[in-house]
Amino acid sequence: MDWMADSDLERRRFYIAVIYGLWAVIGAALALPASVYLFLPPAARKNEEWVEIGDVSTLPVGAPEEKIFRRNRKDGWKIMSEKATAWVSRMPDGSVVALAPQCTHLGCAYHWDEQKQNFICPCHTSAFSIDGTVLAGPAPRPLDRYQVRIQSNKLLLGPVA
Amino acid sequence: MRRKIIEWLDHRTGVETAVRNFLYEEIPASSGWHQVFGSVAVFLFLLQAFTGILLAFNYAPTPGDAYNSLRYIISELTGGRMIRNLHHWGASMMIIVVVLHMAQVFLWGAYKKPREATWMLGVVLLLLTLAYGLTGYLLPWDNRAYWGTVVTTQIAAKAPLLGPYISRLMGGEGPVGVVTFARFYALHVMLLPPVTLILIGLHVYLVRKHGVTPLPDEQVTRKFYPGQVYKDTIAMFAAFVILFVMAVAVQAPLGRLADPTDTSYIPRPEWYFLFLFQLLKLFEGPLEIFGAVVLPSLAVLGLLLVPFIDRGKLVALRRRTIAAAALSLAAFGWGGLTAAAIVSTPAGIELLDEEAAVAEWQQLSPEELAGIGYFRRENCSGCHKIGTSGTAVGPDLTSMAIRKDAAWMIAHFKRPQLMVPGSPMPPVQLSDSQLNALAAFLLKLTPANAEALQSAPAFAVDGAMLYQQHRCGACHQVNGVGMKLGPILNGLSRRRSKEWIIEHFLEPQKLSPGSVMPPYRLRPRDMDNLTTYLLSIPPLVQN
Repeated sequence: MDWMADSDLERRRFYIAVIYGLWAVIGAALALPASVYLFLPPAARKNEEWVEIGDVSTLPVGAPEEKIFRRNRKDGWKIMSEKATAWVSRMPDGSVVALAPQCTHLGCAYHWDEQKQNFICPCHTSAFSIDGTVLAGPAPRPLDRYQVRIQSNKLLLGPVA
Repeated sequence: MRRKIIEWLDHRTGVETAVRNFLYEEIPASSGWHQVFGSVAVFLFLLQAFTGILLAFNYAPTPGDAYNSLRYIISELTGGRMIRNLHHWGASMMIIVVVLHMAQVFLWGAYKKPREATWMLGVVLLLLTLAYGLTGYLLPWDNRAYWGTVVTTQIAAKAPLLGPYISRLMGGEGPVGVVTFARFYALHVMLLPPVTLILIGLHVYLVRKHGVTPLPDEQVTRKFYPGQVYKDTIAMFAAFVILFVMAVAVQAPLGRLADPTDTSYIPRPEWYFLFLFQLLKLFEGPLEIFGAVVLPSLAVLGLLLVPFIDRGKLVALRRRTIAAAALSLAAFGWGGLTAAAIVSTPAGIELLDEEAAVAEWQQLSPEELAGIGYFRRENCSGCHKIGTSGTAVGPDLTSMAIRKDAAWMIAHFKRPQLMVPGSPMPPVQLSDSQLNALAAFLLKLTPANAEALQSAPAFAVDGAMLYQQHRCGACHQVNGVGMKLGPILNGLSRRRSKEWIIEHFLEPQKLSPGSVMPPYRLRPRDMDNLTTYLLSIPPLVQN
C-alpha cells in the first residue's frame, strides 16, 4: 500500500511541475514579442530630408533671423507636412548656424533680444549667445542645431543634429 | 510568510477558497484527453484578446488609416508581424477548436438532460466565434477585406423580412464604407468580447452546476486538479506551439489597399466560410435565398435543438451510431463544399502585390519608360532591330558593338549624317527632353531585356510620357529618380486608390491640405493612363 501511495504522490508532483513549466514557457513566448513590440522604437526610416530655406547671401551677419518653413515629419504611419521654425544666423567666419526654436530647459520658445544681443527664454530666463551657447539660467545644454548644408548659395536645413 | 499573505488574502476575499473549489471539483474518473477542447478554446479566446489589444495599440480604426497603420505594424514595429500573425491564425485555430469541442460533446451525448442549456449556450458561442471572423475580416481594409464584406452585407440584405434592417444595422445600405467599417470595428472590439466573456462564464458555470458528463452509470470520481488540469495544459501548450510555429512560418495575407473600383478583384471568404460560399452557388435565381439565408438558419436552429431532437438516455459511445453517422455526414458535407470551393478558385487570385513579380519595365525610370513611347511613336523599329523584332535596315540597337553615350545619340538623332556620314536615317523630330528620354531608354537596352521592355503596356508608356511632359519628377521620385519634395511614388497602390489619385490631381489641397502640388486637369484618357501607370509602380524593396 505504501508503495502505491508513493507513486501517486510522485505522479502528482510530476503533473504540477509540467503545469507550471508549460505555463511559464507560454508566458515567456508571449511576453517577449509583446515587449519588443511595445518598447522598441519603430524601425527608423532615414529622415534625410533637406529643405531649402533661402539664399545665404541675404542673411545679415550677427543678427539671427527667424525662418519659418515646411517640412515633413513622420508620425507613426503618417507623414505630416508641418511648419517648422529655425533661428538662422551667419557667423563672421561665413558659416551658418540654424537653431531649433525650443529652449533646452523645458522646451519654451525663446526669442532674440536686440538690446542684450542674446536669445532669452521667457519661461525661466535662460540666456543663450547667438551660436546657442548657454550664458545664464537653468538650461542644461546649448541650443539644438539643425544640420546645415550650403549649395551654391542656397541654404538647406536637414534634421536637428 | 507566503502562507500568511495567502491566508490574509483569503480571509478578506475568499480567493483561495474559490480557486480551491474550482480546482478540487469532483469529475468523473472517466474524464480524460477527449475533454480538453473546451479549455483550449478558452485559452485561445484569451490569447486573441491579448494579441488583439496589442494590435489596437497601433491600429487606427478608420478606412483612411486602417491599412497604413496595419502596414506600419507589420513592417516597422519589431514583433508587429508576429503579433498580427498570431491574431490572424489564432482566429482560424479558435474555429477549429470550438468545432472539435462541439463534435466531442455531440458524440458523447453530453448535451442530454439536464445539460440542454449548456449546449445551447455553446451554440451561441460558436456563432459569436464566427461573428469575430466576419467582423475582423474587414479591419485590414485591403481588397480582400473590402470585397469579402461587400458580399457578406449583400447576403445579409437578402434575409426575408429582416434583410433591410440587418443591412441598415451593418451600415451597408449604400456601398461598404466608413459606417460599415466603424460598426464592424465596434462589434469586433466593444460588443463581442464582453458578451463572449459573460457567456463563457455562464457556460462554465453550467458545466460546474451539472458536473462533467459521466459515462452511463459511472459513479467513481476524482479531482479536477492536477490530473485533468495537466491534460488540459498539455493540450493548450500543443495548440500554442502549433499556432506559434504557424505565426512564425506563414505570413497572414495583406493585399493591396481596398479599391472599390477594382472590378477585377474576385472576392473569396475566409476558409471556414467557404462552404457557405459554395452552397450559395447551388441555388440560383429566386432559390438563392435558400442557400444564402434559409438553409444556414435552419442549420443553426437544428444545432440549437439537438438536445430536444435526441431525448434518449445516455448510452455508451460505441452505441451512438446515429450520432456518429450524423457527425460524419456533416463533416463530409462541409468538407465536400469547401473542397469544391477551393478547386473552383481561379489560380492567381491569391497573388498579392508583395509576391507579384516586378516586370522589367516597372523597374525603369519614367524617363526611360517614356523613351519607349517615343521609340514607338517615331517608328524606329521600321529600320532598327531590337532583339528579334523590327527590320534590319539600320543596326541592331541592342548590339553592344555600336554602344554610344547619350550625347552622341542626341547629336545623331538631330542630324544623323553628322555623326554617321552617309547614314540614310532621317532626323528625329522630337524636343530635347524627348530626345533625352529616347536616349535614356536606348542606354537601358540589352539583348537580355529587349523582349521584356518591348512588351511594356501602352498605358504605362503613355503614363510615363505624361509624367515627363508635366515634369512630375521635379517634385516626385520614382525608382530612385527625381526629387523628393513630394512623396515618393513607389508603392502608391498600397496607399491610395485610383479614385483618390484622380480626385487629388483635380484638387490636391482638398485631399492633402497644405500640399504645394498644383492641380492637373488632364483629358479622361490621359488621366486614366497616368493614374494606372502610377499605381503600377512597384513598392521599394525594403532592406
